[in-house]
Amino acid sequence: MKKIPKTAFAAVIFAVICGMLTSCSQTQTDVEEEEEIEIQTLTVEDEEYYSRFRGQGVSINIYNWGEYISDGSEEGTLSVNAEFTKLTDIKVNYTNYATNEEMYAKLKGGGASYDIIIPSDYMISRMIKEGMLAKLNFDNIPNFKYISDTFVNPEYDPQNEYSVPYTWGTVGIIYDTTLIDIPAEEIDWDILWNEDYADRILMFDNPRDAFAIAELRSGYSLNTENKKELEECAELLKEQKKVVQAYVMDEIFDKMGAGEALAAPYYAGDAITLMDEYEDLGFVIPKSGTNMFIDAVCVPVTSKQQEAAEMYINFLCEPDIAYATTTYIGYSTPHDAAYERLDDEIKNDGISYLDDTFLEENTTVFCNLSDEANQKMQDLWTEIKSVQDETRNRWLVPVFLLACVMTSIGIIIRRYIKKKKDVF
Amino acid sequence: MKTKLVAAPYLLWMVIFILVPLIMVAYFAFTDKNGNFTLDYVSDVAQYTPIFIRSIWLALIATVICLVIAYPLAYILIGMKKSMQSTMLMIVMLPMWMNFLLRTYAWMTLLGNNGLINTLLGFIGLEPYKMLNTEGAVVLGMVYNYIPFMILPIYAVMVKIDKSVLEAAADLGCNSRKTMLRVVFPLSLPGVMSGITMVFVPAISTFIISRMLGGGGNLLIGDLIEMQFLGNAYNINLGAAISLVLMVIVLLMMTIMNQFNADDEVVLM
Repeated sequence: MKKIPKTAFAAVIFAVICGMLTSCSQTQTDVEEEEEIEIQTLTVEDEEYYSRFRGQGVSINIYNWGEYISDGSEEGTLSVNAEFTKLTDIKVNYTNYATNEEMYAKLKGGGASYDIIIPSDYMISRMIKEGMLAKLNFDNIPNFKYISDTFVNPEYDPQNEYSVPYTWGTVGIIYDTTLIDIPAEEIDWDILWNEDYADRILMFDNPRDAFAIAELRSGYSLNTENKKELEECAELLKEQKKVVQAYVMDEIFDKMGAGEALAAPYYAGDAITLMDEYEDLGFVIPKSGTNMFIDAVCVPVTSKQQEAAEMYINFLCEPDIAYATTTYIGYSTPHDAAYERLDDEIKNDGISYLDDTFLEENTTVFCNLSDEANQKMQDLWTEIKSVQDETRNRWLVPVFLLACVMTSIGIIIRRYIKKKKDVF
Repeated sequence: MKTKLVAAPYLLWMVIFILVPLIMVAYFAFTDKNGNFTLDYVSDVAQYTPIFIRSIWLALIATVICLVIAYPLAYILIGMKKSMQSTMLMIVMLPMWMNFLLRTYAWMTLLGNNGLINTLLGFIGLEPYKMLNTEGAVVLGMVYNYIPFMILPIYAVMVKIDKSVLEAAADLGCNSRKTMLRVVFPLSLPGVMSGITMVFVPAISTFIISRMLGGGGNLLIGDLIEMQFLGNAYNINLGAAISLVLMVIVLLMMTIMNQFNADDEVVLM
């Protein structure tokens, strides 16, 4: 008898949760159905090429950023991985990472075998330097011809032997247009230091991106390894800490959406997604220059299925698939045929696709830094993030010491009492 | 012999998943990138002393708050009817059904400047109060997430206290305050001790709570260790050294705690 109320209670809670879930999903599909849906279809040029591994039970492991592939979850879109398996009979194991460093640490630690990874520019050059990437056989990737000339032979992979560009974008500033009353053309990086917006500014929570903004502000190269320049940038970032509300990455979505913060630096593709949802938000790429990032598909040397992996890369470069990718994730595409098919609205929004002279003159792609510079940056970053109000530090240590002393005195007294009792 | 056989899988488990990783941490802490012995990384940890002190301090506050809330609650619980007790215990456990990250995320939306609490304060004409991204929010997150670990052991010990012991105390002239102080509290000390361990240890090494509720501007040891592995320097040796120092500190504090515990048992006998 005793157990019945408990199970009944659990059942009620379960029912309520289920009810909530179904009602949520219902309203969502209702909204989606109202929009006009473009149905994406897939046609490939050379079907025979893709049939090479049929019936052999081959599978490949893909390690990609979260939310970075079209998975068919929106109506009418293609699910890239499912289509690939359907076409080639190669099974796809798909897992996610959140940062380049996480992916690097996992590969470096060994024990994980991946066939496809999609690192960013500076990480690619680092991995090439450390011999972690395999040279690609471009005969297996005929669709490489679609990649725009701008993205062939990039700085991080000068001979273009290891990588095939997947997406690219720039860093800019998302801001609340209702509360920041500055014309978009005049917004520059110094807005992130503006004391009028104290405690309403968000900042990148990784040293490379954060230092880049300080470097842009003080006019240094984004790839500087000069200790003095890095220290100056660290001073700038320490000064900025007074107006920063929080150091965040993906939480920017929620915080900007909920009106918690007024301005934050972020990646263009994500900003577009965010602006679709919240009309009050604006995005500007400062005229003084910015960082341009390229994420490219690579194959680690540890891959045992390189040919199948190259087939997957070629598949990603199919015009239909590249188009599905760029429309789904909102990042810009380096793929000419996919670009041609985009709406003029996207081509001319001034965010996704910038004119070539601006890209050439005012944007810099990250390169790998030396181990020393990386360590220096990391140390400075730790210092920046642990700077405290002086007032708090003053009594923290004494109180802590006092607590330690009290504890030891307590133990001594206890022992003394115990000894006394033992005597009797 | 039989008991040894039964314990074998657990022993194996301990060796593979507890002992070997610990040895690896120690190994990386005392070697450099090429595997040569060095003390550099361990001595480098000294520069992070303020971060260590802040983490210990915040974890201590959270532990004390947990104890202050959990002890009376456990005492009230054992006074209830059996059926009521299990329902209440389930309510204590209820938040644990949900993922740790989600629970912490929920606090972000509650505490924000435009969050639920400040919106409610706004209705009665109060200015928004800065709660998120402060040390207070970090402590709140620790208390909220770890309080079941304090309630459950204290309750488990208290519920086993024989009612006749309490009656005897009353017979011998103890009022309720004295019974509490001289009978219930000493008997429940083992529960309090394991509660303190179970709250303090995860609280001192947390990194997600400080990042989400502390705004990332208040580094704790957990953040620092995470940065060594997933930051752009990828310095696993330094990360291992910091972990090792942290483990030694925790070990030390636990030994001090257990001193109290062991003494008490002797005294009670």
